[in-house]
Amino acid sequence: MARRENPEINAGSMADIAFLLLIFFLVTTTMNVDSGVSKKLSEKPPADYVPPVIKEKNIFEVNINRNNELLVEGERMEIKDLKEAAIAFIDNGGGVGKVENGVASGPCDYCRGERSEASSDHPNKAIISVQSDRLTEYGTYLTVQNELLRAYAELRNRLSLEKFQIPFAELEEAYKDNSNNESLKKKVDFIKTSYPQIISDAEPTN
Amino acid sequence: MSKFRKKKKGMPAVNTAALPDIVFMLLFFFMVTTTMRETSLLIDAPRLPSASEVKKLEHKSLVTTIYVGKAKEAKYGTSYNRIQLNDKISTADDVPAFIINARTKVSEAEIPFMTTSIKADRESSVGTITDIRLKLRDVNALKVSYSASKGVE
Repeated sequence: MARRENPEINAGSMADIAFLLLIFFLVTTTMNVDSGVSKKLSEKPPADYVPPVIKEKNIFEVNINRNNELLVEGERMEIKDLKEAAIAFIDNGGGVGKVENGVASGPCDYCRGERSEASSDHPNKAIISVQSDRLTEYGTYLTVQNELLRAYAELRNRLSLEKFQIPFAELEEAYKDNSNNESLKKKVDFIKTSYPQIISDAEPTN
Repeated sequence: MSKFRKKKKGMPAVNTAALPDIVFMLLFFFMVTTTMRETSLLIDAPRLPSASEVKKLEHKSLVTTIYVGKAKEAKYGTSYNRIQLNDKISTADDVPAFIINARTKVSEAEIPFMTTSIKADRESSVGTITDIRLKLRDVNALKVSYSASKGVE
């Protein structure tokens, strides 16, 4: 038998097959990075824990009822006004800050608030307490949390621009990229302790 | 004149032999980066609330996810408060066991960095979330992320 030369396999459709697979993976790929509002829960208090007495004026009370309506410091409020109210409360600076490790932080010299006697003493004493009903919608609850975080973000950003001429987000980003940099760490810590996020979740009402 | 004609005749076809290589390269890239969802959802995909102050969750291996939403199966009712742990519908009482189980999968040094991501539907009620939160506090899983989509208000 005369042996013929092997004919070459036609590879023209190889690309088509590969394309088909490619498109399949393109469609099924989910590159979603999970993102969310992060919170640190408080540790479980021991059984004999006596909560410290906190002055009424240092607590900013936010109530959300089961119809998703807001009651802030005893008055009804729309969610869109919450941020401003929270800023006014945190940034009031009407008194002196708390004493930590024997070092008094003194009056708030970076606050721009009204310095009213009836509102918070110092950002590190200002506590925001969120109380919601068990039947409150989660979406509303998270929106409220988000508004409060925005209030803090705005204050931190303002302080950062004032002291270091750089937005706080950029400062944090720079620190993240270069976490061994002592001066950056100091700056970030300074802003964070100047406006600490103190948001507490009260037990929901039934 | 004849010179021109000659050139036109000899126009070579573009060589497409390397095309499969390129396509395969792309194919492998997507195959490697694709992550198939490990747990199938027994609840309707939660409609996440949107927030502006969101942070990205890094280190996927340290994240445990709890889903809250409406169960697909009718026997669980139509409320948006069903909790899914791993691949079954559970109650808040099962959360500690779930967290402890998740802890066995990472090294001891990394346990404090573990984050619990709560993916809840925006119509879920805060009571359910609070129940979960209290259970998380019982087992000292204090880092929580309320999953939300980044949105401008």
